[in-house]
Amino acid sequence: MSPLLEIRNLRTAFPGARSGFGPREPVHVVDDVSFSLDRGEVLALVGESGSGKSVTALSLLRLVPKPGRVTAGEVRLDGRDLMTLSVGEMRRIRGKRIAMIFQEPMTALNPVLRVGDQVVEAIQLHELVSRAEARARTRALFAEVGIPDPDERLDAYPHQLSGGLKQRVMIAMALAMRPELLIADEPTTALDVTMQAQILRLLRDLQRERRMAILLITHDLGIVNELADRIAVMYAGRLVELAPRAELFANPLHPYTRGLLAAIPALAEPGTRLHEIPGVVPSAGRWPKGCRFTPRCSERFEPCEAQDPAETTRPNGRRVYCHAVAEGRR
Amino acid sequence: MGAYVLRRLGWGALVLLGVLFLLFVLFFAVTDPDDIARKALGEKVPPAVIEQWKANHGYDRPLWPWQDFENNLLFDHYRRMLTFDFGLSDADDSPITERIRDGMGPSLALTVPLLVLGLGVSIPLSLLVAFFRETYIDRMGVFLCVLAMSVSTLLYIIGAQFLIGKVLRWFPISGFDPDPLLLPRFLALPLLVGVLSGIGADVRFYRTAFIEESTRDFVRTARAKGASEARIMTRHVLRNALIPILTQVVLAIPFLFSGSLLLESFFGIPGLGGVTVDAIQANDFSTLRTMVFIYSLLFVFGQIATDLSYGLVDPRVRFE
Amino acid sequence: MSGIEPYMVSNGATLLLLAGVGFAVRIVRRNRLWREAAASLWRRRRLALCVLAVYFVIALLDSVAWKGGVPEHAVGVLPNAPHSIVDRFFLDTTEASYSAPFAAVEFYGDRPLRHPGAHPLGTDIIGRDVLYMALKGARVALLIGGLTSLIAIPLALMFGVGAGYFGGRFDDFVFFLISTLASMPGLLLLIALIMAMGRGTVSVCVALGVTSWVGFCRLSRAETLKLRELDFVRAARVLGVSEPRIIFRHILPNLAHLIVITFVLMFSGLVLSEAVLSWLGIGVDGSWGQMIDGARDELSREPIVWWNIAAAGTALFTLILAVNTVGDSIRDVLDPRTQGDAP
Repeated sequence: MSPLLEIRNLRTAFPGARSGFGPREPVHVVDDVSFSLDRGEVLALVGESGSGKSVTALSLLRLVPKPGRVTAGEVRLDGRDLMTLSVGEMRRIRGKRIAMIFQEPMTALNPVLRVGDQVVEAIQLHELVSRAEARARTRALFAEVGIPDPDERLDAYPHQLSGGLKQRVMIAMALAMRPELLIADEPTTALDVTMQAQILRLLRDLQRERRMAILLITHDLGIVNELADRIAVMYAGRLVELAPRAELFANPLHPYTRGLLAAIPALAEPGTRLHEIPGVVPSAGRWPKGCRFTPRCSERFEPCEAQDPAETTRPNGRRVYCHAVAEGRR
Repeated sequence: MGAYVLRRLGWGALVLLGVLFLLFVLFFAVTDPDDIARKALGEKVPPAVIEQWKANHGYDRPLWPWQDFENNLLFDHYRRMLTFDFGLSDADDSPITERIRDGMGPSLALTVPLLVLGLGVSIPLSLLVAFFRETYIDRMGVFLCVLAMSVSTLLYIIGAQFLIGKVLRWFPISGFDPDPLLLPRFLALPLLVGVLSGIGADVRFYRTAFIEESTRDFVRTARAKGASEARIMTRHVLRNALIPILTQVVLAIPFLFSGSLLLESFFGIPGLGGVTVDAIQANDFSTLRTMVFIYSLLFVFGQIATDLSYGLVDPRVRFE
Repeated sequence: MSGIEPYMVSNGATLLLLAGVGFAVRIVRRNRLWREAAASLWRRRRLALCVLAVYFVIALLDSVAWKGGVPEHAVGVLPNAPHSIVDRFFLDTTEASYSAPFAAVEFYGDRPLRHPGAHPLGTDIIGRDVLYMALKGARVALLIGGLTSLIAIPLALMFGVGAGYFGGRFDDFVFFLISTLASMPGLLLLIALIMAMGRGTVSVCVALGVTSWVGFCRLSRAETLKLRELDFVRAARVLGVSEPRIIFRHILPNLAHLIVITFVLMFSGLVLSEAVLSWLGIGVDGSWGQMIDGARDELSREPIVWWNIAAAGTALFTLILAVNTVGDSIRDVLDPRTQGDAP
């Protein structure tokens, strides 16, 4: 069976800074990224801020903010390339087959519309139903995502709800059309710790109940453990490693992945110093040649600075982009 | 909310008292009544005539309360303005209240359609320009706005009168007739000029408001749920952008009564703007003073109305 | 004759102005942020900046004057009055009546002109060269915009920054003052001020200054309130830095971009206001507004005398357009809020 979503060689560019009088060189903040997602699978896209993970997600929905644009690649949903669809066709996919929730529930909801109406809109955009029916369904959704007193909350404005409740409203809005794929862009970053756990549990329960695929975007490897089936790690616009969760945690291959894992307090040996990756993420457009992780890598050798790392594939679909791994040094 | 309105009204009253004081300083302390009398009557009139004229207009008393607490110009100025007893024109001794009453109608006949037309043209235009942001249509639109803003209103008026009134003879160059059948013919040219001269600044302002709103996160949410760009503009962006736009519009409403200085006097419309211009040209200080007070009064009420109307459009605003 | 005459003041002011421009250029060149903003502005709006430079040069040439050196046969020229450099180009060009652009005979009456073909923009009703008057208007316009801003912006800064920084009673007073002034109709207050102070260039500028400082005062007050609470200002206060020093070292430099933006945006509004004042008969002598107002009735002649209104209108429009486009770009370049956040 073909995967639900298949991304091939996706590249998304923003115009870079103007230098001298020349034209603006485009900077590819997402560079040659490929991965796929099966029905009901949870894939976590992990990376530091600026690694291009959010732009990857927005690219799937063709929502890259101007003046950025997808310059190459395919995004196939059930075999159909979303990049070639008309604007209207794409619109019928957004919210209906692929839904998305965002990091900041504070600003992601329209401040002057009642939250119930915003969910009702999500239903009525895709289905010819009466307002009353859409409202009834919204009420049921609110109850399902655990909003207390859903009847009252329907008519509340966003500023009257807490951050956690707003994120629940966002989830209700995303689930309204029973999408096959939910993209969750750092869904818990803006919330406090107890709220984070609740929202993650909610997402996990909903995912299991509805057999929905989730593309979970996060910089926090800690929350990945609860949800993800597979993990894709991004660094400086490129995929560096993609592996089943257990395997990645047990045996990280890419030096960057190992650095990330060693930096998680919960996984560290008690009494040892927490690891940190030396240096900082280079900003977009100032990426080094060859493997972009080279300057911060403890295992770099000659080819790293000169050539892009080759792909190493394992039989179980595991992929690593690293010269050291390719040459069998590890 | 009641307390809020009361507090705003109290502040407004305080501001009006300040306005009246400034007016007093400008029109009595800086230019004293003898100057006004001489400007009205001529330089070489006998002192007795001047005294007589001052007595007629109530200017025959000392300026400040410390000169004569019972009978001074400052208190008299406050009393008369606050009771809407505006007295006689300094130029031709006609009662000012009457002129204001007569001028209100023609002013409204011009300004109400002007406001409606102006909004009707600039809001759709700015939505269109904002919709095509960062394309050449947007750049063209902004450039045209700046172009339109750079032309002096005088030139708009003269150009329209010359081209449409004189050369093409479509509409009368100026004049006014309250007959509802003739009125549109006379108003066509001032309305056209009014809309044209305001359109540049308005479209640019509204465009900024729209574009600012359309970069917000909730717009991305709306896109992600499958809303079309047109729907996003009209339902999500417009509602939010209306908040700053509303401020402008509500604030403009009181000024509907006061008319437009330039348009009314160029196009011969006997409204309040025309009254004001006549007063300026005739050194008619008492009328001018009254007009400034009335404008300020309207402005203060307009501001309170604006603040209250925020509460209607923006659910986040609560009055405490 | 009194010791100091207006033309001497003008010459001195021109020198001061040039020194000020040199000083400003030095500051811009030293500071990286300003240098980059200036370079970016030059890249975007080369044409408009060149137009502004031309106006500026004309105004300067018209600001430096001296006496003497007038040919004796010159018609309509006072031999003992000071003449500016622009004046000297147009000595002895006056005709008796209207001349169309480049005409050899008078527009009405067909009598030969004294200087056939020498009036590229024609002459007005009393035979003055229109090009000459249009050029003279540049100085008046820049004077109105510049002098008024020099009055209004420091006034606004003084009250705005003071109110924002010190708060308390002074803030209450300033807030009351700007509320009061803001609720008086600008044009009427302007007219009232001019009628009270008498007519003339300086009083028009003062009146324009008094009516136009309110907006920027409000802006600088709000901005100062914000800056005052920022950590670097708090840190300075904790360290015992004196208040004037905090204001001049920490607050004012952070308002500099607003000052520049306000200056440019204010400028065009002021020049346009003067045109309206001219029409009301209380403008500044020699302004384009007066030329337009004076030429308005000429449009009803037969055949039409169009060139003087066209010249004044074009000169005014070109200046305002250049200022507006430059102003827009300056705002884009300097205002951090409008800067694009592309990664």
